[in-house]
Amino acid sequence: MTLRLYVPRDAGAVAVGADEVALALEQAAAKRSIAIEIIRTGSRGLYWLEPMVEFATPAGRVAFGPVTVAGAPALLEAMTADGAHPLRLGLADEIPWLKRQTRLTFARCGVIDPRSLDHYRAHGGYKGLKRALSLGPDTILAEVTASGLRGRGGAGFPTGIKWKTVAQAMADRKYIVCNADEGDSGTFADRMIMEGDPFLVIEGMTIAAIAVGASKGYIYIRSEYPHAVEAMNAAISAARRAGYLGRRTGDATRSFDLEVRVGAGAYVCGEETSLLESLEGRRGIVRAKPPLPAHHGLFGKPTVINNVLSFAAVPFVLTEGAKAYADFGMGRSRGTMPIQLAGNIRRGGLFETAFGVTLGELVDEIGGGTLSGRPVRAVQVGGPLGAYFPRALFDTPFDYEAFAARDGLIGHGGIVVFDDSVDMAKQARFAMEFCAIESCGKCTPCRIGSTRGVETIDKIVRGERVAENRAVVEDLCNTMKLGSLCALGGFTPYPVMSALKHFSEDFGPAPTRLQAAE
Amino acid sequence: MTPPYESRYEPWDPARGSEIIAEHAKREGATLVILHALQEAFGHIPEPAIPMVASALNLSRAEVYGVFTFYHDFRAKPAGRHVLKLCRAEACQAAGGDALAARAEQKLGIALGNTTADERLTLEPIYCLGLCATAPSAMLDGRLIGRLNEARIDAIVAETQR
Ligand SMILES: Cc1cc2nc3c(=O)[nH]c(=O)nc-3n(C[C@H](O)[C@H](O)[C@H](O)COP(=O)(O)O)c2cc1C
Ligand code: SF4
Repeated sequence: MTLRLYVPRDAGAVAVGADEVALALEQAAAKRSIAIEIIRTGSRGLYWLEPMVEFATPAGRVAFGPVTVAGAPALLEAMTADGAHPLRLGLADEIPWLKRQTRLTFARCGVIDPRSLDHYRAHGGYKGLKRALSLGPDTILAEVTASGLRGRGGAGFPTGIKWKTVAQAMADRKYIVCNADEGDSGTFADRMIMEGDPFLVIEGMTIAAIAVGASKGYIYIRSEYPHAVEAMNAAISAARRAGYLGRRTGDATRSFDLEVRVGAGAYVCGEETSLLESLEGRRGIVRAKPPLPAHHGLFGKPTVINNVLSFAAVPFVLTEGAKAYADFGMGRSRGTMPIQLAGNIRRGGLFETAFGVTLGELVDEIGGGTLSGRPVRAVQVGGPLGAYFPRALFDTPFDYEAFAARDGLIGHGGIVVFDDSVDMAKQARFAMEFCAIESCGKCTPCRIGSTRGVETIDKIVRGERVAENRAVVEDLCNTMKLGSLCALGGFTPYPVMSALKHFSEDFGPAPTRLQAAE
Repeated sequence: MTPPYESRYEPWDPARGSEIIAEHAKREGATLVILHALQEAFGHIPEPAIPMVASALNLSRAEVYGVFTFYHDFRAKPAGRHVLKLCRAEACQAAGGDALAARAEQKLGIALGNTTADERLTLEPIYCLGLCATAPSAMLDGRLIGRLNEARIDAIVAETQR
């Protein structure tokens, strides 16, 4: 009997040896003449256990991890005997960290072969599109609106309203653009879903196209994600061959096709208008709004631009109905959020759950605290433009409004954990430096203010007129907030001001800071 | 100076350049696509290619040059034989990335953003590879590396100096 194994091909798993482990398992099997079949899946998102290998048993898939090349032969041995092994984690679906999640968007990620359209369909794929085609544009728009889905790229704008605006715009041509620039440090959910369940993104974009009457779509993927580019291209070809893209899109009257475009290492190109400029082949200079992309987007045409996770949430909404999605969550944050636990964390990975879970639960219980074993001192939520929160704010529920009320943001759902060795003046300085490096250059406060910010924080750290220079930093932050066209310049004050406010003791001449850390 | 090894890239050749440009020129908003394809072939964007791209796309030289300089990915000259990109973003900072970057700089005798004198290795910062749950991360010649540590840095340096 052939033994069926599952090894992730996800970039995060590959970076810690998944390809080598797959090869070692094959070699060990060949040596012992055991027939095996290895299916390369996405990652389940339990990264501290990667490379995580599963094998099929009559009771379900049994997982092991983290597997090493050296340990591959013994692992194979344990699998053939279905016996004990120190790395055995039991049935994958029963692992508590997974079981505690509500996986609506990531239901298939890590389970299916992302290159197989048959796997996708066998696990409920393309049911949303089927229902969408039977409902028609108006009802699709009503469903997406009723689901309460808000854009997962950071700003949290209601997706249904955005789509409706494009649907109502009159034009000979409309576009669907997927924002896969995922530049925020501490985030990787877009990458995971593109690599682990790419047809889901295609299905979501196709439903959007039907809802608004678009004929062409682009997926703009950052160049740092070569595996995602490859996975999306392979899925697009497969979908085209099967008639899901191209002339028909599932019925005879419509046509929708997709193309991947690769970014070129500019963080600001994640900003939607900068991204459109880049797609048009220009410098990624942010456009003033209005006009909104919904009216005047790619090549001047009405354009839906959404984050990967926004599109990826849609098939569930159409398959199960708006209510099934909206039943999860709290307040005006409906549904689930794929939260990403990163940095100095014991159990880092992807945790999809209903809005409302607290920051403390996420970091301490689910994440297990720091990997270094030292106390958690700060977490940055929402990427480089997100605030640093101290433990005192760990009761904040994961919800757009709750974070905003505490001068923070959830952004794209990344949480980066720092232990007590962190120097918060250094982190504030980095926020300013990053803004200076990545500024598109259009606004003076962003372009020049950020560089002044770096210099001023340096002065504070050197102990030069500390009180005065702290006031200068605050002043700069205010100017950046008010005088910036987009959130790069406008939100860089979040990490800077939160560091100053919550970790004030770090902003002084070095000796006092070191004493404070003792 | 000719590097002491065979390049992975083709030497600049105008005919080959036009062929690449022509292959993509008809696509919507083709500038980045073409620049990526040129860099893929030649390892950098050769200066004579800029006016060729401009005329193929009906743009001014300044426009194409502006695009070329805006994006961090595009190189004016070829990188070293190996390219090591170290993630310098927050998740990797939190996991000890600062010390690893300093170690790499010290071992190689160059600061981030530079190439060793023998042109064997280019050391660059990168801002996030999306491997933030297995930080610190790096990319060596397109290959991803997670859970980077001192021993791995030392091994990479030794391997690339051979
Ligand atoms: C500097 C900057 C970077 C951004 N980066 C991203 C990104 O990488 N991915 C993303 O989806 N949205 C990003 N955004 C937000 C987009 O501008 C936009 O709000 C989003 O693509 C809309 O999609 P959504 O409604 O589905 O969230 C960024 C915004 C700014 C100001
Ligand atoms: S705030 Fe900065 S990045 Fe945004 S438009 Fe202005 S200069 Fe460009």
